[in-house]
Amino acid sequence: MDAAVLAAKGASLLVRRLGLGGGTALPGLLALRLDPQVVPRLAACLGRGAVLVTGTNGKTTTARLLAGMARAAGLRPVANSAGSNMVRGIAAALCQAAGPYGRLREGDRSLGVFEVDEATLPEAAGLVAPRAVVFLNLFRDQLDRYGEVDHVASVWRTAVSRLGPDSTLVLNADDPAVASLAAGAPGAVVTYGLAPGPHSLPSLEHAADARWCPSCAGELAYDAVHYAHLGLWRCPECGLSRPTPQVDASLDGGRLLLRLADGSQRALPLPLEGTYAAYDVLAAVAAALALGLPWSAVEEGLSRFSGAFGRQERLQVQGRQVQVVLAKNPAGLNQVLRTLCGHPGPLRLALFLNDGLADGRDVSWIWDVDFEMLAGRVEWAVASGTRAEDLALRLHYARLGAELTVEPRPVSALRLALGRTPPGQTLHVLPTYTALLQVREVLARWAGRRRFWEETAP
Amino acid sequence: MKLRLAWLYPRHMNVYGDRGNILVLRERCAARGIELEVDEVGPGDRLDPARYDLFFLGGAQDREQRLVARDLAAHKGPALREAAEEGAVVLAVCGGYQLLGRFYRSAEGEELTGLGLFDAWTVHPGPGARRFIGNVAVEWQGGILVGFENHGGRTHLGPGARPLGRVLAGYGNNGQDGSEGAVYKNAFGTYLHGPLLPKNPHFADHLIALALARRYGEVALPPLDDSLAWAAHRRALRLARRRPILERWAHVLGGPRIWPRKR
Repeated sequence: MDAAVLAAKGASLLVRRLGLGGGTALPGLLALRLDPQVVPRLAACLGRGAVLVTGTNGKTTTARLLAGMARAAGLRPVANSAGSNMVRGIAAALCQAAGPYGRLREGDRSLGVFEVDEATLPEAAGLVAPRAVVFLNLFRDQLDRYGEVDHVASVWRTAVSRLGPDSTLVLNADDPAVASLAAGAPGAVVTYGLAPGPHSLPSLEHAADARWCPSCAGELAYDAVHYAHLGLWRCPECGLSRPTPQVDASLDGGRLLLRLADGSQRALPLPLEGTYAAYDVLAAVAAALALGLPWSAVEEGLSRFSGAFGRQERLQVQGRQVQVVLAKNPAGLNQVLRTLCGHPGPLRLALFLNDGLADGRDVSWIWDVDFEMLAGRVEWAVASGTRAEDLALRLHYARLGAELTVEPRPVSALRLALGRTPPGQTLHVLPTYTALLQVREVLARWAGRRRFWEETAP
Repeated sequence: MKLRLAWLYPRHMNVYGDRGNILVLRERCAARGIELEVDEVGPGDRLDPARYDLFFLGGAQDREQRLVARDLAAHKGPALREAAEEGAVVLAVCGGYQLLGRFYRSAEGEELTGLGLFDAWTVHPGPGARRFIGNVAVEWQGGILVGFENHGGRTHLGPGARPLGRVLAGYGNNGQDGSEGAVYKNAFGTYLHGPLLPKNPHFADHLIALALARRYGEVALPPLDDSLAWAAHRRALRLARRRPILERWAHVLGGPRIWPRKR
C-alpha cells in the first residue's frame, strides 16, 4: 500500500464530503509531506509522459483543451484542471489517478497535462521531466507576489536551460518574452502565432509590458498588435524579429484557419470568444501536434470542449443568462472588455475585485485597464468585492456614463445585479480569482448546478 | 486657466497603475474648468523647464530604471532641477522617488546616480532582504494618505530633506524611523502607489493648488463630490491597520513564492 496516495485520496474525499471545497491543495500537501518524492515517482509511471502549460493567462483553458484532445486520441489524461497549479496540485492529481499500491491505472496510456503557476515552473519541470512545455504569454500580474515581469522571464530562462534534450518547447511566437526562450532550448521548438486581421489593434495597449527587445533592450516596433504586447514584433536596432510560426493561424470570424508546417490548411470552429481565447485554442493545437496526436483527435477534442470553470462559463439563473469570466490582470481584463464591446446592446456588469493573496493584494492594476473603451456601452455596473470602492472609483474616472452601485458583499451584489437584469437578458460577471470561487459557488447553487470540482473533469 | 504637466518616461516608468495619477489630475482640473495639457517625455526628448507646471515620475522595473537614470543624468536632470528650484510641482513615486535622491544602490551593489533633488539615498540590503509590501497609511499635514507600497530599497533622509509624512501603518522609507517620502520645496517623493492620487483627493488638490498658485496666484478650488474616493480611502485605511494579522498568516496561506530581487 502507498501511504502518500492513500492519504491524499482520503483527505480529498473528506474535504469534499465536508463541503469544504474542491480539495486539491490539502491532499497534495499531505502526500508531499508523507513522501516528498511522490511527484517524480508517479510521474515516471506516465507512459506518454507529461506536458506542462504555463503563462500568465489561459493556462486552465489551454490545459483543458489539450486534455480533451488527448482523450479523443484514446489517451488517458491526468490533469490538475480542477484546482491548484502548484506542485501540490500536480501531486493531488497524480495521487487521484493512482491505485492504492502507488501505480497509475492504465499507466501506458496516461499523459500528464498539468497547468503550472509561472513561478512554480522550474520546480515542476525538475520533478516531472516534461515531454513538452507550453509557454502561453507573460503579462504583468500580481506584482506584489511574482515581482517584476523581467524576473519571471529570467526564472523561465533558467528553467528552460535545465530541460532535457527530449523536451519540446511550444512557444507563442507573438510574445517576444516567450518567443525568445527558443534561444536557450536544449531540445526541439514548435512555435505558433496569429496573422494580422480585423481583430488587430492600431497600437500597443497602455498595459503592454514586453516592449523592449529581449536581446538588445531596444524598443520594439510592431507591424500589427493582436493584444497587449502580442503581435508581429521586430527590433529595429538589432534586427531580431518574431519567428515565422510553424503553426500559423488567422482569425476568420468564429473560425481559426491554420496553415500547418507541412503546408496543409485546416479550419477549426472556436468554442470561445475573443482573441485571447483563440490563442488558447492555437496553443493547444500546437501542443497536440507536437505530441503527435492525430488531427481527428484535435477536431474531436475541440468539438466536445465545454468552457472551463469561470472562463466564459454560461449559467441560466432565475431566467437570466449569466456569463462568468475570470479577469485578474490588465492584459486579461482588457481582452474580456474588448470581447464584451463586440456584443450588441447595452451591457449589464457585475464586477468583483478582491485583494486576497491569490488575487494579489495590490489592486493598482485596475488603473492599467482600459475601462474607457466601454464608454456609452454600459447600462449599469455593480462593483463588489473586498476592494469594491477602488473598483467603483476607477469606473467613475473612466466616465462610462453608466449608473454605478457599490456593494462590497458578493452575494448581495449578485442578488442586486440579477434583480436588475430583465428576464431573458444577459448579466456579465467579471470576478478576480478568489471572487470567482465565491461567486461561482453561489450562482451554481441558484442555477441548480453541481459544484465545480464535480464537473471539471475535462 | 491652463496647466501643463510633463509625464516623464511614461513607457518606462508605469508599473503600478501610475497613469491613474495623471487621469485624476486631468479630471479634477477639468471639473474646475482648468485645462491640463499632458506631454509625454521619453528618453532622448528635450525637457523645457519653463514650459511645465507639474512633473510626474512613476515606478519602474530595474532594467527601465537603469535606462532612465542614464537619461536623467545626461539630459533631463538639470532642467528638472531648475524647474523644482523655481517652485514647479514634482511628484515622484517609488522608482521615480529613488531616482530623485542622491543615489540608489541595488541588491547587487550596483550604484545608480540620482538627481540629488532630495537629500536622500536608497540602499537595497541584498537579494535575501525582506521586501516592504503592503497597504500603507501616512499622517500628512494633519490628514492621512493611503496607498500600497512594494519596494526592497531602504531610503534614508539627510538633514536637507524633510519627510512627506509619518507612517501610521506599513513601512515607509526604511521601516525604522517612521518617515515616509520626502519633500523639497514643491517636489514630493513617496513610496505610496495604488495609485496615490485617486484615493487621496486632498493631496491631488494640494498639488493642483500649488501649481495654480505659482502661475496665477492664489486660486480657490471649488469642492467636488468625492464620496467614492473617500469610501475607497477609508477601506484602504482599515486594511492597512489590519495588516499585522494578515502578515502573521501570510506564509501559511501561501504567501510570496519568489521574492523580486530589487528596489
